[in-house]
Amino acid sequence: MMDWMPQGLWFEVCLKVFFAFMMVGAVMTMAGYSVLAERKVSAWMQGRVGPNRTVLPFVEYIPIFGPLLKKLGMFQPLADGLKFLFKEEIVPGHVNKFYYYLAPLIALVPALTTMTVLPFGQMYWNDGTVSTLALADLEVGILFVFAVSSLGVYGIALAGWSSNSKYSFLGGIRSSAQMISYELAMGLSLLPVFLWVCAPGSSESGLSLSAIANSQSGGAWLFLVQPLSALIFLIALFAETNRLPFDMPESETDLVGGFHTEYGSFKFGIFFVAEYAHIVIGSAIFTVIFLGGWHFLPFMEDPWPANWIGSLLGVGWFLAKTIFLIFFFIWIRWTLPRFRYDQVMHLGWSKLLPLALVNLIVYLLIVTVIDQNAAANL
Amino acid sequence: MPPPTFELIMAKTVVLERKPLSFSERTYLPQIATGLKTTFSNMFKPKVTLQYPEEKPVIPNNYRGVPTLVKDPNGREKCVSCQLCEFVCPPKAIRITPGSVPEDQDDREHVEKAPQEFEINMLRCIYCGYCQEVCPEEAIFLQDEYSSSGFTREEMINNKEKLYELGGTLPDRHYKWDKKKEAETDGNTH
Repeated sequence: MMDWMPQGLWFEVCLKVFFAFMMVGAVMTMAGYSVLAERKVSAWMQGRVGPNRTVLPFVEYIPIFGPLLKKLGMFQPLADGLKFLFKEEIVPGHVNKFYYYLAPLIALVPALTTMTVLPFGQMYWNDGTVSTLALADLEVGILFVFAVSSLGVYGIALAGWSSNSKYSFLGGIRSSAQMISYELAMGLSLLPVFLWVCAPGSSESGLSLSAIANSQSGGAWLFLVQPLSALIFLIALFAETNRLPFDMPESETDLVGGFHTEYGSFKFGIFFVAEYAHIVIGSAIFTVIFLGGWHFLPFMEDPWPANWIGSLLGVGWFLAKTIFLIFFFIWIRWTLPRFRYDQVMHLGWSKLLPLALVNLIVYLLIVTVIDQNAAANL
Repeated sequence: MPPPTFELIMAKTVVLERKPLSFSERTYLPQIATGLKTTFSNMFKPKVTLQYPEEKPVIPNNYRGVPTLVKDPNGREKCVSCQLCEFVCPPKAIRITPGSVPEDQDDREHVEKAPQEFEINMLRCIYCGYCQEVCPEEAIFLQDEYSSSGFTREEMINNKEKLYELGGTLPDRHYKWDKKKEAETDGNTH
């Protein structure tokens, strides 16, 4: 299927590097515009207008289009980014310098690494074969995502510890406690999903993300089949991405700025981008697992043709779902207040975890019964 | 007479019945959905933001803005340089150099004095309005100008010319000096 390409290892490597840069560019752009979306949506929900002054000098003079872009604040992320770059870099005297510099990087790297296994569409080739669009379509995709994304908490814990400040320290502790508590519920909530998809006799098997998305093609989306799993996964996702109502590490009302109290300028910017990159990736993964990925609507075949147009429409549809979920993240943030620390722990350990276990057992029984019936009918 | 019993002293307390939360209420999910509905509908309501430099706020009557000097409807200077405002000004923002009425103003020759220079330092002014209150000639008014800015300290001192430019002309109910002149010509000086 790749016959038209010139052969050679170097070419392959260059192509992969190019795709990797494209993917990083896309995710970082989305993260930047999520910040803008956050500011705009919060403004609209609070009866304000949000950022509407920033504009590039030559864009301003384009009729209709220019003022519209200005009104929507489309150049605000650019200005925000430049601000972070050019601010004075202050390193407090009391920090542990090495780990203080290391922490933002450790926070950002896992956020950007998980995107390698994220499938975002299907390519229909001319010879009728179909391949998944992803940097690396791993067979153990979801395990990789879990393994790497939870490393992000090290950045936060390290930032809290190396800052030598009580606020940062408390933020780091809360973050690691929260991450441990919700990681369990998150993993358990996905087990029944894979049990369902990979049930004996089904065409799919393994923990591949693309397989789970394709299993929802033309059938029910998994959040309709397993609403409880989807709910637990979504709540845990909020906790994992440190979003309100679970923004324990930041809790700006009681911890000043939480783990990034002592950070400023570009190092703070990296934390900020990492947080939003987590949201983008988290939304994309929820879309793949529970919202049918790049497939059209539940119980409907994809209406687009099986060629490159269809591929593009599929990717666009996937992006639309992801953007809706990002909006949902923002929407929740400006609706709900933050939980208290003990409430977060209570919810995680004594509500979500047992619920996820019960959910697992119930679906285990259901799948077994279905399986037995199928075996008896053979 | 026996002292009133406890029940009589106390106001009647209504004990509200607190129903136990139903299952759906304990999951909080319906409440969260209601909250989401509220915030979503808020997105489409009209905005309350006043976009300042383009949209100006409505200034109410009797607003105490920048102090200004006014002229009477005949275009004559009202201030007689009595320096009461300079005296009363709590932060000492006003400085007046007294002078005489210019020779060419025939209809004002009976007025003894006029300010040669009148300066209000807007970096000192606290907008208290005492100068307006104390002025016997109704020559100084705090009007609706609220935005006063400059790049240097010198720029922030309003001189006489600037003060008259800001003040303009206000209606006069008394024409005090015209009446005085009339009285004088009628041989009826006080």
